[in-house]
Amino acid sequence: MTASGTFGYGEEFTDFMNLARIGGIVVKGTTLRHREGNPYPRMAETPMGMLNAVGLQNRGVHYFAETIYPRIMNIDTNILVNVSGSTIEDYVETAEIIQGLARIPGIELNISCPNVKQGGMAFGTTAEGAARVVEAVRKVYKKHLMVKLSPNVTDITEIARAVEAAGADSVSMINTLLGMAINADKRIPVLSTVTGGLSGACVKPIALRMVWQTSKAIQIPIVGLGGISSATDAIEFLLAGASAIQVGTANFIDPAITPKIADGIVEYCERHGFKSVRELIGALETEGQQPSACLTDQKCS
Amino acid sequence: MQNYTSSILDLELVETKTLNAQYVLMKFHHESPLPEMQPGQFIQVRIDGSPNTYLRRPISINFVDREKNLLWLLIQLVGDGTKTLAATPIGTKVNMILPLGNNFSKPELKDTVLLIGGGVGVAPLLMLGKKIKDKGLDVTFLLGARSAKDLLELDEFSKYGQVFTTTEDASAGEKGFVTQHSILTEKTFTRIYTCGPKPMMQAVANYASKKGIECEVSLENSMACGIGACLCCVEDTVDGHVCTCTTGPVFNIKKLKW
Repeated sequence: MTASGTFGYGEEFTDFMNLARIGGIVVKGTTLRHREGNPYPRMAETPMGMLNAVGLQNRGVHYFAETIYPRIMNIDTNILVNVSGSTIEDYVETAEIIQGLARIPGIELNISCPNVKQGGMAFGTTAEGAARVVEAVRKVYKKHLMVKLSPNVTDITEIARAVEAAGADSVSMINTLLGMAINADKRIPVLSTVTGGLSGACVKPIALRMVWQTSKAIQIPIVGLGGISSATDAIEFLLAGASAIQVGTANFIDPAITPKIADGIVEYCERHGFKSVRELIGALETEGQQPSACLTDQKCS
Repeated sequence: MQNYTSSILDLELVETKTLNAQYVLMKFHHESPLPEMQPGQFIQVRIDGSPNTYLRRPISINFVDREKNLLWLLIQLVGDGTKTLAATPIGTKVNMILPLGNNFSKPELKDTVLLIGGGVGVAPLLMLGKKIKDKGLDVTFLLGARSAKDLLELDEFSKYGQVFTTTEDASAGEKGFVTQHSILTEKTFTRIYTCGPKPMMQAVANYASKKGIECEVSLENSMACGIGACLCCVEDTVDGHVCTCTTGPVFNIKKLKW
């Protein structure tokens, strides 16, 4: 699949690839009301990655339903909508409107948004906050509910367990990591918002680790993302416990990357004698290897 | 919606001309005829071999030589990415997404046209000048730079119209900024196209607005994808935040909130 915020509405990529070649697209963050997003500058390149501070610019769910959906509904792949909100009521109302769109089989709930009614703490930074949003949406939304987890937490497995208990059908992980860039010549931050979300190849080790830890904590499927730009990367996430993957930032560097990754996964299976890609899910062999309990490699006394 | 088709192509570097310590002109060839490209459009160039360069670099189309099937890119060496690109060995294939963005609008036959460029911003004005001249109109170029060594491709611009220059240190042309050049008082222009540092374009836009002259600018906002997906390169316009890679990089000044 393609990750929300990196693939527009799919139309932007039709010059470069056949959308039917991939499992699905997650269209960009949709909120109840129109949002203009953050002021420019909204991006900074970082070593093997980038920061973004787009701020969920979108025309709102009504515009999506009335104007964009009719244009994209016949794209020959699964179309999921990423849903973002500032209050639980916003999430619920947005989810209900999307539920009415027949060709959308599921939503991806972005719980990394600040809860404006609770001092701006992101819903997804606490198990309780995450569970409350998911419960509320679950009550009204009957199709596939995928919850996108924020990595900016102490223990992502705790959040994952909470959203599973609240009724999520799957989780996608990870969203962007909070980071910052400074222009040393001008002595100012690069982003208009000072901090932003880090993505790209540099986050892969963190995303892999989180997928692996979470796969041991929950039963519902995990969709892995974070720095995937090759079939090998994708396979690493499957081995770590993901049932599917999303490709995000890599689309900016090669808009035709996703079908190449799909082909590469098939080629890997053929080369290693796997009859189905499902055999790779969670197939990481860790016998004899102990994950470090301490934050450093030194033995704890 | 866009009216052009973009492709991802590997072009072969056939010539690199060092213009001075900070600028090179690179010419690329493609085995098949180059796609249709319009003045004002740009290219997302992938730079290999530069560890700190993760994303593509957006570079204006300087010129397209249809006879030889060559694409020209004017590169300013600002950082690791552009320095690595400029040092690419001849014969190397460079991966590009092209063409991208909108284009400068066509002038009307009754227009008196002025193309104002600053520094490496002169790049898109070369192909624009040629296209306007091919349509039968006279073209005037007004090119500004800090110093004479920063005035680029003057011999090329001269092929398509009269060239006037300004330098801040008086090493060539008239001393000062482009908006201070005497040609602006001597001749009346009805349409201005400009590209260069933002303060220069803002001064030109201010001048054009006061005189009621049609004016288009070309922006170079930082971007990740270049194809309208990431929403990083936005400019705040009268229509809200729009992507400079699809709704731009060319904007009529009436659309901007300058």
